[in-house]
Amino acid sequence: MTLLEARSLSFGYHGVPVGEGVDLVLAGGEIVCLLGPNGGGKTTLFRTLLGVLPPIAGEVRVAGRPLAGWSRRERARLLGWVPQAHAGLFAFTVEDVVLMGRTARRGRFAAPSRRDHDAARSAMERLGIGRLAPRVYTQISGGERQLALVARALAQEAGVLILDEPTASLDFGNQLRVLSEVRRLRDDGIGILMSTHQPEHALEVADRIALLEAGRLVAQGPPRETATPERLARLYAADLAAVAARLAPAGGRP
Amino acid sequence: MPRWPWLILGVLLALAVVSGLAAGPISLGPADLLRALLGGPSAEGQAAMVVWSLRLPRLAAALLVGAALSAAGTSYQAMFRNPLVSPDILGASAGAGMGAALAILFGLPTLGIQAAAFAGGLAAVGLVTLVAGRVRRHDPVLVLVLAGIAIGTLFSAGISLAKVLADPTVQLPSITFWLLGGLSAATPGDVARAAPLVAAGLLPLLLLRHRVDLLTLSDEEAEALGEDVPRLRLTLIVAATLVTGASVAIAGIVGWVGLVVPHAARLLVGPRFARSLPAAVLLGAAFVAIADTLARSAAAIELPLGILTALVGAPAFLWLLARGGRSS
Repeated sequence: MTLLEARSLSFGYHGVPVGEGVDLVLAGGEIVCLLGPNGGGKTTLFRTLLGVLPPIAGEVRVAGRPLAGWSRRERARLLGWVPQAHAGLFAFTVEDVVLMGRTARRGRFAAPSRRDHDAARSAMERLGIGRLAPRVYTQISGGERQLALVARALAQEAGVLILDEPTASLDFGNQLRVLSEVRRLRDDGIGILMSTHQPEHALEVADRIALLEAGRLVAQGPPRETATPERLARLYAADLAAVAARLAPAGGRP
Repeated sequence: MPRWPWLILGVLLALAVVSGLAAGPISLGPADLLRALLGGPSAEGQAAMVVWSLRLPRLAAALLVGAALSAAGTSYQAMFRNPLVSPDILGASAGAGMGAALAILFGLPTLGIQAAAFAGGLAAVGLVTLVAGRVRRHDPVLVLVLAGIAIGTLFSAGISLAKVLADPTVQLPSITFWLLGGLSAATPGDVARAAPLVAAGLLPLLLLRHRVDLLTLSDEEAEALGEDVPRLRLTLIVAATLVTGASVAIAGIVGWVGLVVPHAARLLVGPRFARSLPAAVLLGAAFVAIADTLARSAAAIELPLGILTALVGAPAFLWLLARGGRSS
């Protein structure tokens, strides 16, 4: 079932397009990875898909209905966002941060309920960061913060998760943990759209890959056919031989 | 969450109330104080008169002002994602000061000065939000701060102009004294007028206390989590302006309370607004009540409250900064 759909979408700030003509479909139970160089418009596209930035032209549909037709709260129950980890300012505990993911699931004036605490707790356990719950968010490492933000999105219990370079600040072990968690979420029927700077991650977990170059989707489809060394070399303006050497041979595991 | 911070706050507030009623040029023992309180406002005797018509209204005003400024400061620090802002950030104090200065210039009675101060505070913040609402291309929080600085400067210039135009023997001292802040003239009527306004401002803050934390995230993050950020922010500004305006109207400009107390409250109970708001309200009420008791009983002459809060507040703030500000 199609959960998220962009049709000839132009996106950008204050009427100035960053990208144009994007057609993208995401169904439940699949992982779509977005690859593209820095400044290619990945984050801006995500903001537009999330509805926090209005589209310049074209349309975003969520669960078959135009995005604008959903209220903020409804939208937040459908779409979860994992931004790139930020430093934070006030000394909230990790549990406080994860609990913020429950905002759209409780009444306007309600305190977090038992259920909200349970959801936050199980989201943290799932990512193996249960022991971080009482720690202060501003004092943990960048990788732990990233995991906390993933947990916050899990606590949101949305059908679609949009992750902006979720592995960027993680060490090797945490990268593997996030990637395997992403796969498990896919197996639970959640639709996942993520950007990454590591094509080998995309080749490993994605059901489909989309390449975003200067705001346009230049290719999308099955991973190995789409993210070919030739295309990646052009996309990232890198040396073809070097790209080919970095990508594991077909069938191999990076 | 441990209970001891609330115990400390409760004891501190009780101390502030008792000392506020007992201390002063006429010192009252526990027995006198109790007898005066139980006797009611119409009882005979000096103690009853001192307690009921002098100290009680002044104490109530001090509690109100401290609670109001601390609540506004806590809200603004969360909203502006900056632990260094005070309730003046959007020009409320400058606006109120200019309203009061104009009213004094035109020879209005006390009630008129209070009304003008309240209206001036509202006008300044209203102007800031109006201007900021028209700027679309920048971070709305930054625009609010910058507009607040600009409008605050305009109103401060207005205050200076009023001072230049004022009659130097009567009006100028009265403007200066008003700007220093103090509760020496507080009456039961002041408290009766300010209390509903403070309550009206505190109510939305209390109702929304579980959502305010979202404003410490980026706007997009909060929106993606389902919060209507512009509406929540505007609600907070209106509420904080109401309580600040009401406080400035009866006490003049009492600095540092709204900046320091929220810090101390977060140190005690953590940064979650649902806890730091009530903690700041209790602590702020106690702080201003104790400061005002000192202001009227520490020296032979009455010290302006604003000077005293600055004398205590600024070093306390530096100490909090030096401490590393784990919870700020």
